[in-house]
Amino acid sequence: MSQENAITPTNVGPNNAAAELHQEFGFTTQLKKIAAWGQKNSLWPMPYGTACCGIELMSVMGPKYDLARMGAEVVRFSPRQSDLLVVAGTITEKMAPVILRIYQQMLEPKFVLSMGACASSGGFYRAYHVLQGVDKVIPVDVYVPGCPPTPEAVLDGIMVIQKMIADLTPRPWKDNWQPGVWK
Amino acid sequence: MTSLETLRTDISARFPAQDFLYDNQVGANVLSVPKESVLPVLRHLKQNGHFDFLMHITAADYPGRQRRFDVVYELFSSKNYARLRLKTQVGENETIESAVPVWRSANWFERETFDMYGIVFSGHPNLSRILVHHQFVGHPLRKDYDANQQQHCTDTMPIFFEDEPNYKPDPNKNMMPLNIGPSHPATHGTLRVMVELDGERVNRANVELGFLHRCFEKMAETHPYNQVIPYTDRLNYCSAPMNNVGYCKTVERLLGVEIPPKAQAMRIILCELSRVIDHIVCLGANAVDLGALTGFFHLFQYREMVYNLFEKLCGARLTVALTRVGGMAQDAPAGWYDEVLAFCDQMAIGIDELDRLLTGNKIWNQRMQHVGKITPDEAIMWGYTGPLLRATGVSLDLRKAQPYYGYDQLDFDIPVGTTGDCMDRYLVRVEEMRQSLKIIRQVCKNVPSGDYTIRDKTIVLPEKKDVYGNIEGLMNHFVLIMKGLRPPVGEVYDATEAANGELGFYLVSDGSGNPYRLKVRPPCFAIYQSFPSQVVGGNVADVIAVLGTMNLIAGELDR
Repeated sequence: MSQENAITPTNVGPNNAAAELHQEFGFTTQLKKIAAWGQKNSLWPMPYGTACCGIELMSVMGPKYDLARMGAEVVRFSPRQSDLLVVAGTITEKMAPVILRIYQQMLEPKFVLSMGACASSGGFYRAYHVLQGVDKVIPVDVYVPGCPPTPEAVLDGIMVIQKMIADLTPRPWKDNWQPGVWK
Repeated sequence: MTSLETLRTDISARFPAQDFLYDNQVGANVLSVPKESVLPVLRHLKQNGHFDFLMHITAADYPGRQRRFDVVYELFSSKNYARLRLKTQVGENETIESAVPVWRSANWFERETFDMYGIVFSGHPNLSRILVHHQFVGHPLRKDYDANQQQHCTDTMPIFFEDEPNYKPDPNKNMMPLNIGPSHPATHGTLRVMVELDGERVNRANVELGFLHRCFEKMAETHPYNQVIPYTDRLNYCSAPMNNVGYCKTVERLLGVEIPPKAQAMRIILCELSRVIDHIVCLGANAVDLGALTGFFHLFQYREMVYNLFEKLCGARLTVALTRVGGMAQDAPAGWYDEVLAFCDQMAIGIDELDRLLTGNKIWNQRMQHVGKITPDEAIMWGYTGPLLRATGVSLDLRKAQPYYGYDQLDFDIPVGTTGDCMDRYLVRVEEMRQSLKIIRQVCKNVPSGDYTIRDKTIVLPEKKDVYGNIEGLMNHFVLIMKGLRPPVGEVYDATEAANGELGFYLVSDGSGNPYRLKVRPPCFAIYQSFPSQVVGGNVADVIAVLGTMNLIAGELDR
């Protein structure tokens, strides 16, 4: 760098070319990557709390664990305004058509987090009226184990989803999914 | 009218030609009558002022018997706290008269019995499925229905009303049907409310439940006694330890064992801590539904403190499964009681702050006062118990009425309201939290020494050091695991005062390692029945206020 281009306190001014060069910056990326960066930091969750896990999900949103730190505090109860479906609690056979419709109402790109044993596999309810995992009707991206999972585990699950978004992880389970077909 | 003899004299005078069977099982009066006499006897018992509560109706299935089902009615008197179980036998293709004309609270309990067993109640206003989905075939609690046989549901029910199952809006009437839930922030995930609106006014209302029917009772029949405890956690998951206590107390009563004083003290502390957090969730969620978010954020700090206490005690936050039949799973760690006392001091400040935040707030008052009013007689008719009944002015609390675990030795008051509206329900809950803290302080300061569980080898597993340390302990452990805890043949109904009201368990044992029949009497099931009649005539916004104050926990509502 030559002497006249060096940034010194004396030559910094509004009309100085060197100063303008200093204040601007640039980088190259792909559009999908910058979109993913934005999306991962502003997930709008739809809390589908049906049972005990819904109560723990309240703790995740509450003051101590504070999901807002992940940029996901804007809880939307309308599927049309949210992009992360948090299935928190047992999904029964009666609830299955409801959750399917909710999932279909969400706009792309959308993600599903299955919170707890019941939503993931039916849990210890191997019973006549309990859906043996919400992935029987909708595609699930992240399963969080626990009965109910600790709030830390749920935060971890959301961070995994954020990483999936940032890394543009392929999701064949979602691409191959067909509505109304039971797994 | 407590004694069986008095009842026998009275009933024989009224029904001289009939041959009824009087019995006393595990300290409870049982009256067996032919099914034709059920309704006249019920009517007589109610009109003569013996019993004013119909706590629940249920059934049990005995496939080998000629008349396959037992139908069971549990009666209770709020005057002298007497209980009576009325039983009758019904065959598979027989009908039995509905008790709805006598007790309105019979409505949903009969529907549930029909749903689960296929027993037809003639004269019932709306005998339809209530818990399982509308495409379900068969009756799941019959012994010949496999617990693991799922039936898929492919669509939801359109809007329907009790008097109009195939609802079609009438274009000439200018009414608007509105569906609320099951996925709606104010319905807490699993309730569905359907209303027909005339402007802002609710003209008709109906509810659909069963969206969280997790087959608790069938699961209980397929698991050993101690393995049922984790399932009870998930009934009212806002105050899980209370369900553990209620269930274990029932089994202990059937076994005829008394738990040690230390276990009793620990159970009281757990129950009262649970009552506090249950009310926190109820009031916090109620305030959020009405637009006051601060209360939720503020109160949930204190709930976290209670969860920390639970975590220290057993490692779990929400679903603790801390009790065992015969006592507790383990002792409290050193210094735990002092931490509970420290929490009480903080919580007392928290309650005062909540009081200042909401009580007297103009918006809160206008949303809550004169909304959802109910008279004591109506409340009893519907089977209300707990804070909602006390809000109407009836001072009924099982901790005072039928004291257990030494509640009668403690100094605490039962807050009551005057009008039974939403405001009174809120005020009763706030005061109950204060009284619970008072109880906890008294118990924590005088925790008895001694063991935390009984040491009966046929009931309680030996300690791990014995299992690994000597052959007797190992054999004891092996036998109890393989054979299971086996209460004697018999049946029992026992109730505790849970956060929402009377939480009852009706348990039938056939002497095997699993319960033969376990029926839960969830407090909010009876309360929720009255919901449509409470909101009709009011504004649609009041639907949310009433729903919130009823504190409907889907886990115990749908089981």
